[in-house]
Amino acid sequence: MNLAALEKLDRRWLFLIVGLLVLGPLLKPLGLPLGTSKPVKMFHDAVAGIPDGAIVLMSCDYDPGAKPEVVPMTRTAFRQLMEKRCRVVITCLWPGGSSLVDQTIESVANEMRAEGHDLVYGRDYVDLGYKAGYEAVMVLMGKGIANAFPQDQRANSTASLPLMRNVRDYSSFAMLVNISSGYPGTKEWVQQVNSRFHLPMVSGCTAVSAPEYYPYLQSGQLKGLLGGMAGAAEYEKLRGEKGAATKGMDAQSLAHAFIALCIIAGNVLQWRKRGARS
Amino acid sequence: MRAAMFATMALLLCVALTCGGGAVSAQTGSPEQAPPPAPAPPSGLIYADVANDAGNAITLSWRKSPDDSLGLGLVKGYVLERGTSPVGPWVTVDSLVAATSEYVDQDIDRNTPYFYRISAYGPGGTTPALANAGPAIGRETWFNTTRSSVLAFVVVFFLLVLYYMSLAQTGRKPFMRRLAGIDAIEEAIGRATEMGRPVLYVPGIQDIDEMQTVAGLVILESVARLTAKYETPIRVPVAYPIPFTIAQEMVKSGYLNAGRPEAYDPDSVSFVSPEQFAYVAKLSGIMLRDRPAAHIFMGSFFAESLLLAETGYSTGAIQVAGTANVHQLPFFVVACDYTLIGEELYAASAYLSGEPRLVSGLKAADMLKILLILLILTGCVLESMGITALTTWMETQ
Amino acid sequence: MKRELPLLMTAVIGIFMILSFFVPHHLVGVPADYLQQCAVIVVAFGYVLGGANALRVNLEGIARRQPDWPYKLVLVVSLIATVVIGLADGRRWQEPGTASMFLYDRLYSPMQGTMFSLLAFFIASAAFRAFRIRTVEAGLLAAAALIVMLGRVPVGDALTSWLPESIRMSAFQEWIMNIPQNAAKRAILMGAAMGVMATGLRVILGIERSYLGGGD
Repeated sequence: MNLAALEKLDRRWLFLIVGLLVLGPLLKPLGLPLGTSKPVKMFHDAVAGIPDGAIVLMSCDYDPGAKPEVVPMTRTAFRQLMEKRCRVVITCLWPGGSSLVDQTIESVANEMRAEGHDLVYGRDYVDLGYKAGYEAVMVLMGKGIANAFPQDQRANSTASLPLMRNVRDYSSFAMLVNISSGYPGTKEWVQQVNSRFHLPMVSGCTAVSAPEYYPYLQSGQLKGLLGGMAGAAEYEKLRGEKGAATKGMDAQSLAHAFIALCIIAGNVLQWRKRGARS
Repeated sequence: MRAAMFATMALLLCVALTCGGGAVSAQTGSPEQAPPPAPAPPSGLIYADVANDAGNAITLSWRKSPDDSLGLGLVKGYVLERGTSPVGPWVTVDSLVAATSEYVDQDIDRNTPYFYRISAYGPGGTTPALANAGPAIGRETWFNTTRSSVLAFVVVFFLLVLYYMSLAQTGRKPFMRRLAGIDAIEEAIGRATEMGRPVLYVPGIQDIDEMQTVAGLVILESVARLTAKYETPIRVPVAYPIPFTIAQEMVKSGYLNAGRPEAYDPDSVSFVSPEQFAYVAKLSGIMLRDRPAAHIFMGSFFAESLLLAETGYSTGAIQVAGTANVHQLPFFVVACDYTLIGEELYAASAYLSGEPRLVSGLKAADMLKILLILLILTGCVLESMGITALTTWMETQ
Repeated sequence: MKRELPLLMTAVIGIFMILSFFVPHHLVGVPADYLQQCAVIVVAFGYVLGGANALRVNLEGIARRQPDWPYKLVLVVSLIATVVIGLADGRRWQEPGTASMFLYDRLYSPMQGTMFSLLAFFIASAAFRAFRIRTVEAGLLAAAALIVMLGRVPVGDALTSWLPESIRMSAFQEWIMNIPQNAAKRAILMGAAMGVMATGLRVILGIERSYLGGGD
């Protein structure tokens, strides 16, 4: 094997291999078995433990960049809440995400209506849309949700919506379900809302952010955690669904395996080079 | 005789109809069934002012209706009402589901007496409690006692800073270990000067309310001073408008302090976009087209960190990074020549200036860290012994 | 007064906001809420400043025919078009079928996704090039990385399916995430929090004043 050539390998070859390894399973699934981890089970059980018919706050703080990881979580969580007849208030603290969140929620609602569920916007769920201000919005909501969001995503007056007549502030909610992909996100909700108002909280986030939230999971500030597309896929499995996250796991598995191989190969090259020198 | 028989038959017929009708009624159920009784009333309504607030909340609790506990379906819920006198007029505060026995009323005016009454309602009607509760007054407090532990830490830190600052003023500058990443900045700028190429400085992708952005901008002043001294162009693309204006001041200040105000180029600092990937696309374009010889990333970064670092690596530039976003550190460590980890970013401005007052702040932070370590160890021992006083004191609301 | 006034304002407002964390009384709480709302408005107006600068710099670059002026032209045209379309659609910009939603669904969303997905490729090249085991600590790090990477996806358990469930790859991955990773993360978080406190105090007390510009 030509060590020098391998060391100077054009990284575009690696890009090509990654591309093929990701594309292949998406076209022809491998059907690798999927397990379920404890943080995901905790998330599922925490949501299942919400009393039927309770009002839940769902803050979807992301934009299209993290779509493959967080949109499946949003879909599955919203569906679980709707099946429990919970009433859901949705917010978004990312300016580029409000349309995507609205499309996602409405898409699930339409699917459920086609299955025979009686879901009415304004009565069963409300999308309050985006509000600028990051943590200031979280604190403002503590003084009154309608104060912070006088209009919803669809330009309706918040006070006119039947669901919002039963919502005053955080005390009106049974739980906060936060799906986020950065700042502002889970950490800010824990700091500003969970610790001040003691609203029980679960979180779904991108895989790169998940390690940062394990301390909150261990301390009980988070009742459950979904990490990345793997977490979303495990959640879909627990719910008996086969959504986009499950379909993407084969591709992610191969990509991870290849990156592991890259680490090993890089080090083997280094050791052989050192051996050849000595 | 015939009349008597007819009368007897008529009488028997009437009796039969009456009893049969009753029997039919008994078999099929009377359409006029007796309604369920109204639920037994709740009792024991007590109130308490919510502590550590602005006087806008009263907490109420009561004993549920005995029918609620039996689960007979006689209780659908409770209605809580409030008035400003014991005899009303009453305003409904909230309607609560069955099995509820407490509530926090957050819709009151402070220092105003209120009276409350609670009623149970169900299919059989509504039954108020036998007695009202009041006068409940929400009082505001001047200090949130649950945050006393945080105040203690802030005060201790403040006192430590003052102590070490006073020591510094006597000429005793605290020792500070070398930060290889900061020392490498001058090396990087020197290399850019030799190659005749600019320096690219990125102060993070968050707004000015993030302390890492403040730290990054403070370091920018020192970097601008060096680039002015070496007559090396500097490029500073900024993501948000307010850090953009501060970055302009920092670069201008750097050139002024280096004694080269005439060399300052206002276009060296530019506003790009708060959109994360639009910003990184611009930066990648600068790296690949302008080919700066040195890249300095100091601030808050997210998913774009690896894109920046890898693209920068591919151009052969020397790269120095610093961030307190722990989830991005691995990417910088892998792709950059030097990385400042966590609080080293905040220490950098003190390190660069060398000013004793700034370095003393670092010393105070170090001392506070030692205190925290001792506290954690003590807490572990106490918790293991079942003593929770320290943990309870540290919890905040 | 050019330097003294901003320093005084910073000190007064900074100390007041710290105070509002400890004092629930309305005399402190109400002004603190108001200041936070003011901050939101100031930030929003800042975008006008930033947009004006972006236009000015890029228009000058186009006029001077700088080497990358075609890209600047694309930027200026996109900026103006997005603003005009957004203003034309008004409050209904997020309704299906509007030009704004066309831009969002056909340009903004795919471009964001594309940029984010570049990470997958870059991490492969970074892993191959830079993840070298030269010390014991680097070896431990590499081992942990391999276990976590494979344990998070089905392929890890597929490779270790012959082992009891408690010692498969995913079990080790969870232990690494819950114990050593958690401990290190907490330590760095606490240290960074100290750094935030120290920097904030320096700015509030006026010890750090380089952000005012104009020399020491």
